[in-house]
Parts: sequence; structure tokens; C-alpha cells
Amino acid sequence: MAVDTLPTTSIAPPQTKPVKAKRERNRETLTAWLFLLPSFIGFVIFTAGPVVAAGVISLLDWNLFSPPTWAGLRNFARLGPDPTFWSALGNTVYFTFVSVPLTIVVSLALALLLNQGVRRIAVFRSLLLLPYATITVAVAFVWIWLYIPHDGLVNAVLGLVGINGPDWLISDTWAMPALIAMTVWKSFGFGMVVFLAGLQAIPQQLYEAAKVDGSSAWQRFRNVTVPMLSPALFFVVVTSIIGSFQVFDQAFVMTHGGPGSRTTTLVMYIYRTGFESYDQGYAAAQSLVLFAFIVVITAAQFLMQRRLVHYDN
Amino acid sequence: MTTNALAPLYRNPVATRKLVVFGCFLVSAITLIPVVMMVLVAFQSDGESMAAKPSFWPSSWHPENLQRAFELVPLGKYLINTVIFAAGTTLLETITAALAAYAFARLNFPGRGWLFGIYLATLMIPSQVTLIPQFVLVAKLHGIDTWPGMILPHAFTALGVFLLRQFFLGIPRDYEEAARLDGANRWQAFLRVIVPLAIPAIATLAVFKFISQWNNLLWPLIISNTDATRTAAVGLQAFQDTNGTQWNLLLMAATITTVPLIVLFFLTQRWFIRGITMSGLGGR
Repeated sequence: MAVDTLPTTSIAPPQTKPVKAKRERNRETLTAWLFLLPSFIGFVIFTAGPVVAAGVISLLDWNLFSPPTWAGLRNFARLGPDPTFWSALGNTVYFTFVSVPLTIVVSLALALLLNQGVRRIAVFRSLLLLPYATITVAVAFVWIWLYIPHDGLVNAVLGLVGINGPDWLISDTWAMPALIAMTVWKSFGFGMVVFLAGLQAIPQQLYEAAKVDGSSAWQRFRNVTVPMLSPALFFVVVTSIIGSFQVFDQAFVMTHGGPGSRTTTLVMYIYRTGFESYDQGYAAAQSLVLFAFIVVITAAQFLMQRRLVHYDN
Repeated sequence: MTTNALAPLYRNPVATRKLVVFGCFLVSAITLIPVVMMVLVAFQSDGESMAAKPSFWPSSWHPENLQRAFELVPLGKYLINTVIFAAGTTLLETITAALAAYAFARLNFPGRGWLFGIYLATLMIPSQVTLIPQFVLVAKLHGIDTWPGMILPHAFTALGVFLLRQFFLGIPRDYEEAARLDGANRWQAFLRVIVPLAIPAIATLAVFKFISQWNNLLWPLIISNTDATRTAAVGLQAFQDTNGTQWNLLLMAATITTVPLIVLFFLTQRWFIRGITMSGLGGR
């Protein structure tokens, strides 16, 4: 990687073939590294290096203030008997496996609605995409306001239909569903736009052919729309699950992980361990476990993809 | 555009169309409630917004809340910091990613395959894994509460390189060959041929990066300890701490923080939506 700052000159004068080719290659390599260098240096220092360092730090006892000591696999062994870790994992799984299907259903329903030949589709698409373009922290505060116990907007609306709403964010049972509802609202726009583009790419002839065969609307949805949309569905499911496993902002702002640790997610626990308890080794170990979960779940989805996702070519 | 997957469910096409439009209006209205309420409460009086029973429509309007929000906490400073943070990371990432993407897409060099493989591999890794080492690195280099410490660790992700490389690969080689025959070197070909053609992709990357950094809470939360680099996302927390819950001013601050992003979103919507669908349908 010893790259001098040679100027990249233009086409070389004609020479005998092998020598010329070799010099051309060398020059191209040099040029390539000049293009790569700014990104490469930053990437090594701030992305690739830290990934390796995370593995090393996870094997240390380190609070940043005193010199680190070797801990071996002790940080990973600590996870087993740590009740907060297990509840954080449980909360994250709960959050993910409720919020992702709900978000997908809402996204798909709205994409289908918008795809019914509405005029000014772009206007509705923009309005519905607005929550996705807001700031999580800012709208999280609005949702705290919406969830105010007794007379907050959510409970006032529930009151109209005779439901006595819970004290959402301070309720053991309802704090997590409240976060999930906010998350669905905040994130459905992403899937909606992907599905809408997918729906618009489905050839009209497929529907006409199905109609000629006498299939019902449901059959056309089941046998044409779903298979043709399955690559988009797969993409949204995979990215949503990865994103959900990393949820932090709304839990941090709206509930601080409470009541108790009912809404403490894995990332929140990593944050607490690393930056409130300054237990960097243990926090690094937790982050690697989070990574392992994401890898396993993503790999499982790619295995299932072969059976469930339909590709044209 | 009109796929009408469900249309034949209904017998009457005119009634169906009206029903669909009504449905669109209804879901849009429901979706916008939180945003509308944020703005409405922001203009309520102190008494009204802090009453035990929340009020929805302001009984009196208080535009002076706008100024008060700026006076209560250094919100102006936070917003400037947010712009520096978001624009700094966006600028650095876009430029370095475009350069690297060109090398990966167009230039042959030994090790290109495995180096790109390493870039790709890091795409899978959640940012929390690098969070602690990045913090340790920045702390050891005395970068806490400085702009290099805030910006640099987030300016070199593999995502930008990956997206731009995909786009560059789609640009016909002929354009560049023509420029090269006219005597342009690689740098000139990149600057005069590739970059102008790739403006949509570069803009898409820039918009996404800017929005995601404007949103970033976790990194500024651990790196900015004082108002010197504190961003709006973090500053809003302090707002709540210092004031209990003074809803009108808190939601005014939330509105002020959100509005620039919403404006940006409407101005760049074309690229924003292209970005979603580009990555969304990339797997096809």
C-alpha cells in the first residue's frame, strides 16, 4: 500500500507490447489506490478496525479509566446468569416479532389502496410517507403526549367507544405495545413505497390472463400479486427485522426502558452497560451477541427465501 | 399505474373509485394526527398545555412560544450543530464513497475482489458493534466533544461505496472510453463523465445520509457532552429535564427540529423515493 502521490498521467507512448501492458497495469493499480485511499483509510480506522477491536474488547475487563485486564470469555459467561440481559433479549424479540408483521400488513394494505388507480397518487404517497421522514426523537415526544394517562388523545378516542384506556407508558403490560404502535406509525412508509413500486411493476397481462381463467379477486391476489411481490416483501422483512433488533431511540425517549425493565431493549442495555456502568468489555460482548442473533435470523430468512420467494429469471 | 388487483371485487366502478379516494383521505388524515398535534400543542399557552386534562385545539394562540423555545435552551446552537454534523458526515461520505466506488466499478487492480468483499461484509454488522471501539478510539484521541470526533467515525460506511458502485456499473463504458480517446485521464473521466451522469445516485445517497444523521441520537449522545457539539436530537432531552414537561415549549422545539427535515423531504422527494425503491428492488 505504499502509494506515492504521483500524478495520474494520460495515455502512455507506444512501446513493445508486454512491457507496455505491464506498465499500463501498474499505472491502473496506482490510479485505483489513489481513488480508494480516502475511503480506505477512514474505513480501516473507523469501520473495519473497530469491528476487530470489538472482538478484543469483549475479552477484556475495562472501564476506560484504569488499564484493561484480560478477562478471557468471562464477559460472555456473565450473560447467562444476568436477568437484565435475558429480559432485554426477550423484549427485543417481542418488539420485533410484533412490530414487523404489523408494519408489513399496514404497508401492504396502504400500497394496495394507493394502487387502485387513485388520481394524484403522489400526493397521498407523500402524506403517508411523512412519518417516515420525521425525526424519531421529536415525534417520540409527541407520542408521549398522545399517551398521557386518563385524558390523553389516545385514551380520549378509546373513551368514545367505551374503552377505558390503560396508563400506556407506565403500564407493565401496555408500555411495549405503545412503543410498537408508535414504531409502526413511524416506519410503515418505507415498506409502502417499496411495495407500491413492486405493484406497479407487475405486468397487467398477468391479471388479465388470470381473469380469463375465471379466478376470483382473492385468487388473483394470492396467485399473482403475492408471488410477483415476494422479492420486495422479502427485502422489507429482512431489513425491518434487522432494524427492529437495533431499536433504541423511541424506548430511550418514551419509557427510558421502563417500567422496571419492561421496554429495555438489547441496544439500550448495551448503552447502559457501556456508557452508564462503563463496563466496556461486557458491553462489547453484548454487542457481539446482538450481531450473532442478527446473523442467525437473517441466514434463516435467506434459507426460507428459496421456498417462498419467486424470482422472474 | 392502474393494476386494480382488487377492483373487480366491487360491482360499481364509480362508487369504488369514490370509496378508494375516501379511504386515501381517511388514512392520510389519521396518519397526520401526531404531526398536527405536535404543531397545535406548540402554540398553546403554558397553562393549557400543562393542564391535567390535555387540550387538543389551542383556546388561544401563542406564537411567542417560538421565541421562548429558543431562549429556554440554546436551540439555535443545537440546530447549527445538527447541520454541521449531518452536512459534515454527508459531504465526507459522499465524496470518499464516489471515489472508491469508481475504483471498484471501473479500475482493475490486484485484490479488488476481496477488498470489496470486506467492505460488503461490514454492511451486515450492526452499528452497535462498532459503537464501543469507536467511542474508545475517539476518547483516547481526545476527540470527545469535538467535530472530528463527532463526524469522522460516521463518514466512512460501506453502504455509500456499495450503492454508488452499483450505479457506476450501470453507466455504459463507451461514454468514458470516448473521453479517454480524447486524451482525458482517469480523474478527468471520473469528474466529467461519471459524476455528472451519477448525480441522481449521488443525490440519493446524500439525502439519505443527511436525514439519517439528522436523526442520529446514540452517537451524539455519547460523544457530545456540552453545548459545543450537542445536536438537536440530544438537546430535546435536556429540554425535558430542565422543564419537567412544559408541553408547549417541548413540542415547539420538536416542531422546529422536525420542520427542516420535512421541508428537505418534500424538496428531495424524487430522490428519496428513488432511494427507497432502488435499494428495495435491488434484490430482484
